[in-house]
Amino acid sequence: MRIKEKIIEKILAACALVTVLTTLGIILILAIEAFSFFGKVSIVEFFTSTQWTPLFTQKSYGILPLLSGTALTALIAITVALPVGIIIAVYLNEYAPRRVRKILKPLLEILAVVPTVVYGFFALMIVTPILQSFIPGLSGFNALSPGIVMGIMIIPFVSSLSEDALSSVPDSLRQASFGMGSTKFQTAFKVMVPAASSGIIVSAILAISRAIGETMIVAIAAGSQPRFTFDPMVPIQTITSYIVQVSMGDVPHGSIAYQTIFAAGITLFIFTFILNNISYWIKTRYQQKYE
Amino acid sequence: MESETKSPKATQEKTEPKMDSKSQNYKLHAKNIDVFYDDFKAINNISLGILEKSITAFIGPSGCGKSTFLRLFNRMNDYIDGFSMNGNILLDDKNIYDPDLKVEELRKTVGMVFQKPNPFPKSIYENVAYGLRIQGIKDEDFIEERVITSLKQATLFSEIEDNLDKSALSLSGGQQQRLCIARALAVKPSVLLMDEPTSALDPISSGKIEDLVHELKKDYTIVIVTHNMQQAGRVSDNTAFLYMGSLIEYGDTQKIFTNPEKDRTQNYITGRFG
Ligand SMILES: Nc1ncnc2c1ncn2[C@@H]1O[C@H](COP(=O)(O)OP(=O)(O)OP(=O)(O)O)[C@@H](O)[C@H]1O
Ligand SMILES: [Mg+2]
Repeated sequence: MRIKEKIIEKILAACALVTVLTTLGIILILAIEAFSFFGKVSIVEFFTSTQWTPLFTQKSYGILPLLSGTALTALIAITVALPVGIIIAVYLNEYAPRRVRKILKPLLEILAVVPTVVYGFFALMIVTPILQSFIPGLSGFNALSPGIVMGIMIIPFVSSLSEDALSSVPDSLRQASFGMGSTKFQTAFKVMVPAASSGIIVSAILAISRAIGETMIVAIAAGSQPRFTFDPMVPIQTITSYIVQVSMGDVPHGSIAYQTIFAAGITLFIFTFILNNISYWIKTRYQQKYE
Repeated sequence: MESETKSPKATQEKTEPKMDSKSQNYKLHAKNIDVFYDDFKAINNISLGILEKSITAFIGPSGCGKSTFLRLFNRMNDYIDGFSMNGNILLDDKNIYDPDLKVEELRKTVGMVFQKPNPFPKSIYENVAYGLRIQGIKDEDFIEERVITSLKQATLFSEIEDNLDKSALSLSGGQQQRLCIARALAVKPSVLLMDEPTSALDPISSGKIEDLVHELKKDYTIVIVTHNMQQAGRVSDNTAFLYMGSLIEYGDTQKIFTNPEKDRTQNYITGRFG
């Protein structure tokens, strides 16, 4: 019996170790390849040049076009997801009868589990043509359509975390607000949402971080033209879709072109890492107001 | 539901203070009130009138229905699942449960202070300004003037006048409760309902609130729920003793405390049960 317990404990520990080692391994490989890349390309060029053409004869290694593409699509996504997500959270928490909430919550979660390739085609084949019907200048590939669709995808991230934040606001504040003669709407948006703001901000940051990492939707519907622009109407490329493009192409291992994906990858990693840490910091710093 | 005339009305009227038939003298008048939470009858045919600019205390053992009864006067029970009631409540002779009445308007006239201080997580200033802002008032000078007057009325101003922008949550419990009183006063209600406003506070803070309540009586009709017999005796003009959802005795505080009519009241006040 004793020995059996011991073995089980060891197996469990080994599983935990595997995940930790995998993460460390990924970071290590990213770092080694990126280090080798920055031996050949100046880090100043990498962060200041506005051209990203590692696959062309005229080579230039400025990450800014990929960053702008990533930021633009993520920004469009969060512009869609934040208001809609907050409104859903407020509806669920302040208005919806218990029965409706029970049905609606799992339905919303489905949005997050639809395979992203489906969203990608949805963006390309349905949303873009619809948008083109009233935005004449819109290219077939653009940042707007995948941005919006990505926004729809991350709505559940915003709404479920925001709802948690709202439901942890003590009922006594709601009572105080009603007691002052507030309407339901005023109570929701002038008391409850501000009181839950730290949790809502955290939800937004995590959703942005998810949008930045999203690959399929942008790879399918945004085009693959690295372009330093914030114009949502033209084809662009994000860090993730660049990585897909190169990984699936036939660049020789060990070449600079091959190493660019690690340089791009580590940039992406650092950004999401920072975002996640900010949200963690906000959570621990501001979220203990009510106990 | 239950018939409203079932219980002996005559007994109840006898226990009302001074004024029976002339209901126009009452600021608040509860008439034959029953309250149910689903099937449970929490208030059993209570009628009582409250005079303008008086302090009325509700006392009684835990669970007897004091809070339930108090919350009827600003319709805060409306949100509770399973709540239903019979009877009328008149405020200045108008039925506050009239379907045409706007609950938000009622609550501007009938303010409430809760058991646990519940300031909003905003600045001190914004807490007091809240009631004015939701009414759509934009005139910042007017708001500031009202905020300061209310804080002074609540005897809080001198302690925090340099820190109006500080978070209300940084105040002590007693200060928070006076802030909540200031917040209620800022919209100029005429009635103030207080549900055990000092039960979460230390004796010194409680004393300050009691003094304040006494001061506010000049301008407001106050109804206060308390578990503290000394407090009821010190601050109130009239006292209502509730027991298991019924009004056992209601009248002049001095009389109730020195010479109650009912044994049950006597026993409760002297601490023999409760
Ligand atoms: N939301 C509710 N749902 C169901 N029953 C309730 C609800 N609120 C109160 N009750 C019941 O109604 C009765 C009166 O409750 P109430 O809170 O008015 O008593 P109270 O006199 O204020 O007590 P306390 O002194 O403990 O505050 C109690 O039996 C209580 O269990
Ligand atoms: Mg109570």
